[in-house]
Amino acid sequence: MKKVHYMDDEVIGSESPQGRDASLFKPSKSEINLYQRHVEDILSDSAYKPDGEKISLRNLLDISPTLSEAASAIIDDSFTRCFKSNQTEPWNWNIYLFPLWCLGVIVRYGILFPIRLVLLTLGWIIFLGLFLPVHFGIKNHEEVRKTIERGLVEFICSVFVASWTGVVRYHGPRPSRRAKQIFVANHTSMIDFIILEQMTAFAVIMQKHPGWVGLLQTTVLESLGCIWFDRTESKDRSIVAQKLKRHVECEDSNPLLIFPEGTCVNNEYTVMFKKGAFELDCTVCPIAIKYNKIFVDAFWNSKKQSFTMHLIGLMTSWAVVCDVWYLEPQTLKLGETPIEFAERVREMIANRAGIKKVPWDGYLKYYRPSIKLTEKKQQKFADALVSRLGDSVDWR
Amino acid sequence: MGNTSSMLTQYDIEDVENHCSQRFTQREIVSLYQRFCALDRSGKGYISGDEFMSVPEFAVNPLSQRLLGILEGLNFKEFVAVLSAFSPLATINDKLDFIFRVYDIRNNGKVSSEDMIRVLRDLSGDFLTDKQRQAVVTQALEESGYSKDYSLTPEDFLKVLSNGGLKMDVEVPID
Repeated sequence: MKKVHYMDDEVIGSESPQGRDASLFKPSKSEINLYQRHVEDILSDSAYKPDGEKISLRNLLDISPTLSEAASAIIDDSFTRCFKSNQTEPWNWNIYLFPLWCLGVIVRYGILFPIRLVLLTLGWIIFLGLFLPVHFGIKNHEEVRKTIERGLVEFICSVFVASWTGVVRYHGPRPSRRAKQIFVANHTSMIDFIILEQMTAFAVIMQKHPGWVGLLQTTVLESLGCIWFDRTESKDRSIVAQKLKRHVECEDSNPLLIFPEGTCVNNEYTVMFKKGAFELDCTVCPIAIKYNKIFVDAFWNSKKQSFTMHLIGLMTSWAVVCDVWYLEPQTLKLGETPIEFAERVREMIANRAGIKKVPWDGYLKYYRPSIKLTEKKQQKFADALVSRLGDSVDWR
Repeated sequence: MGNTSSMLTQYDIEDVENHCSQRFTQREIVSLYQRFCALDRSGKGYISGDEFMSVPEFAVNPLSQRLLGILEGLNFKEFVAVLSAFSPLATINDKLDFIFRVYDIRNNGKVSSEDMIRVLRDLSGDFLTDKQRQAVVTQALEESGYSKDYSLTPEDFLKVLSNGGLKMDVEVPID
């Protein structure tokens, strides 16, 4: 039988001597508390309304508020909405537009796609042809090697972006390299990384993927100083946390890019930011990314599609249009907790990109909510009952 | 109604509308179908327990397991029929039938004090002792003039719960 994973399975007892390091990516107790409070805000009390001294049969049998909450969640809930790709209205439904659309399909699949594929292949050949010798060849001049590698990565990312005819508008001052500085952005697809990378060679922290993407991750991207984690590997966490600390302290390393949502969301909503990125005692530079769905929906639903299929989908559409805003760097304010800091930055990004916020943790995609939330509701209910029973009942 | 296609024909919609006794409008049915397909990720034609539990708001509900018993494995037509109890157009009887069904887990047409204690257990978890639960049910039954071993029938439900105040209307969002 498949094991069900709950959000706080490992929180209790996972406090390492360093405290916060171990729980960098798993929700910590304080995150769960914040999350609980949010959830209670949106879930109305399963109210047990006393209407007199004694408990009447009527009150006992009336479970309609609880049932309504459940039915309401089944019919529509804000978490599932974050991962829904909206079907676009078909516009090719009449006799004039349909042939036009067919022509468009022929052009996109028959002409554009092969050209783009050739372009991409050429780009890769050039890239590997230069990267591999530089990476393995230049042993003594670290500075030079790193500069060339950065330039090459920016090049191959530009090739990728060109291969889907990416029309990207960048707003705001370009990121600079400084120590004690990290960048955070909202996350819609892996292509977020490529789009940002073509401007600046970031080092990124990402989930390790299988297949050819994973291979790329461990070879090319490692040279940029990228850090990998495995969501399912719990021991990994403290190692990753330490790597992060070392990276931001080093002046030379590439600017670090983190996607604090922890998962891809459909670019209409943002889920809660994980506080890990905001506890590193660094300046946080927010980046907002908004895709224009006019030609294609750039949301990558990793449960529905492999990355390859996603890329092919992009390469057979007319263009990928998006806006990137580099926002003003923020630091932790006096008296502000990391969670509040994360929320403040999320608010900035959501406002700039024009997307809505929901109080859910992105990891609920993979885990069930903590049982403690149900227990909280049960406790409220029980307390209301007990206060009504008082001394009117013989317990013995 | 093809299991894999995401398109409902007008005939299908009318069929579902009749099956739920016109408690939902046609637009609501279309909206519910989109929702059904979104929850039924693997396109099997029904929603599994796991898929229901992947909705966090549902998973934290104390009565989720009971509702799963009623809702899982249903095809779309039956799904709409079951949920129609929550429509503003549903009658008091529809709603009471649903509540009765939640209580009557053994499906024998009667709700015993055992059944009531079981539901109370779901709602209160470990925060009440068995004694306390028994006391609550006994007091409630006796206060309404029933003996503490009495099993309630649907007619009793109607008598106890029919004087208004049932908050059981849920709105179906129509985009």
